[in-house]
Amino acid sequence: MEIAQIATIAGKEFWDRIRNRWVLAVALVFTAFALVIAYFGAAQQGSVGFRSIDLTIASLVSLVIYLIPLIALVLGFDAIVGERERGSLDLLLSMPITRLELLLGKYLGLAAALTFSTVAGFGLVAIMLSPRLDLNALYHYFGFMLSSVLLGCAFLSLAVMLSVFAADRTRASGLAIATWFFFVLVFDLLLLGALVVTGGQWGGDALPYLLLANPADVFRILNIFSLDDVRTLYGLATVFPSSLADPWLLGLVMLAWIVLPLGIASWRFRK
Amino acid sequence: MANTSPTPNDAGAPLIVAQGVRKHYGSIHAVDGVDLDIRSGELFGLIGHNGAGKSTLFKMMLGLIPATSGDIRIDGARVTGRDFRAVRRTVGYLPENVVLYDNLTGLETLWFFARLKGVSPKEAGPTLERVGLAHAAKRRVREYSKGMRQRLGFAQALLGKPRILFLDEPTTGLDPEAIRGFYTTLRQLRSEGVTTVITSHILAEIQERVDRIAIMTAGKVQACGTVQDLREQVDLPLWFSVRVAKEDFEMVRTALSDLQVDAIEAHDDHVKVRCRREAKMAVIEALARLGDRVHDLTVREPSLEDVFFGFSD
Repeated sequence: MEIAQIATIAGKEFWDRIRNRWVLAVALVFTAFALVIAYFGAAQQGSVGFRSIDLTIASLVSLVIYLIPLIALVLGFDAIVGERERGSLDLLLSMPITRLELLLGKYLGLAAALTFSTVAGFGLVAIMLSPRLDLNALYHYFGFMLSSVLLGCAFLSLAVMLSVFAADRTRASGLAIATWFFFVLVFDLLLLGALVVTGGQWGGDALPYLLLANPADVFRILNIFSLDDVRTLYGLATVFPSSLADPWLLGLVMLAWIVLPLGIASWRFRK
Repeated sequence: MANTSPTPNDAGAPLIVAQGVRKHYGSIHAVDGVDLDIRSGELFGLIGHNGAGKSTLFKMMLGLIPATSGDIRIDGARVTGRDFRAVRRTVGYLPENVVLYDNLTGLETLWFFARLKGVSPKEAGPTLERVGLAHAAKRRVREYSKGMRQRLGFAQALLGKPRILFLDEPTTGLDPEAIRGFYTTLRQLRSEGVTTVITSHILAEIQERVDRIAIMTAGKVQACGTVQDLREQVDLPLWFSVRVAKEDFEMVRTALSDLQVDAIEAHDDHVKVRCRREAKMAVIEALARLGDRVHDLTVREPSLEDVFFGFSD
């Protein structure tokens, strides 16, 4: 594997997103939402202003869990199929580059753009809030940012996988939307439904492990720092046993969610 | 098959060798047993109907798609597998209807491909100049005309001074002047020893410009050789146009009466004579005996188009 080839493809993907202001736009969206949630999150209860970092993170998690998978899927769904449909894939593949290098270059470039947007967008808010945060709160906020990056990278990996499998861009976009619906909206409902219908007979013990089969749930669990006043905001994730809630273990699961779809994509792309 | 046209590498060794190459998609035989030797330094044309298998063969020669069976080697090395990177670095490819990145400038496009080819980005400027795009180097590709895009595509193929060029319909979208410039560049490259494989639908354009041609139909190479070789193989009739005064029409008819002539047609100020190739010299001698009664004489050899249809029909 030649790192220079991966870097060339990744560099182009990254700078394309800088130049067309995609990175800037997404970073601004993150900043704006984070600020609104931090300062106006309690408006429904009749008060405005910053309350606690736990509440802010809990609210941000419920927003980010919808937003980041969507942004990542939109970013990556046409990575390969787009080149194929435009007709530029053959030219790229006629270069001294392997399919794996091309795939990794595409993924890493897009992942860098998404990571940059996430860190810049939420980082700006961290800087603005820093006078009100102690070290522990900053640590939690940093953990939230890192897990957001991992969540984005996991869904981006799924998107790139779809872009290899799909026959055309239209189908790829359909698959991307279906993936978002499944992991973000349907998955937890299915688990909950199975649990309720069987009166807790089915899936009770396995439930925590089943949650690991959804990167969005892993992200949620990674962000439970305090269960005292925010547990209702975390839904199913609160059933997760604390023995399994080791951030390193969960981080590894997220990593698997990044590596596995890319591995499948690479296998398919070589065929 | 002898190459009778004068090339700088007349005795060029086989550089691209395809043996028994097949590409089957289920029951569709896109390429069906192709054997081909393309020699070092020659300008080689590949012609055929749409769907004849040219582009598929091209892609297999480049190692973009694997052959179902058979073997393709460039300078002795397999185009896929361990050697692919070394092979690719010696090859330039211009796909049919080349698509480049609209958001990049011409110069940035070449920088990008130069990096992928492991070539110094400094080559970009002179290469743009070579294809006549130096003036548009800093304009975005989205502002380029179709012809300019095609020239930029050609420029990326030239990066890294490749030994072999694969050009799929390279003159699509070019105006006549640009086409002439393009072939001038190809001739220069040939004198530098570059081997070029080219496909084109415009047969009149390539018939005088390539050293050898392969005609593909239904995934097979029907014939391969110089245009003259192919004319002789397909054995199409020749046409003579003999300009004589109207009162001498009968004299021409009499002069050719004992020869194997297929048809004689009288027109306003000339007679058209159709004959087989083997009768060609006898007809010329008979007409020469008529002295200055014959005002002018033109021989029309079958065009590449005639030859092509002769093989493909």
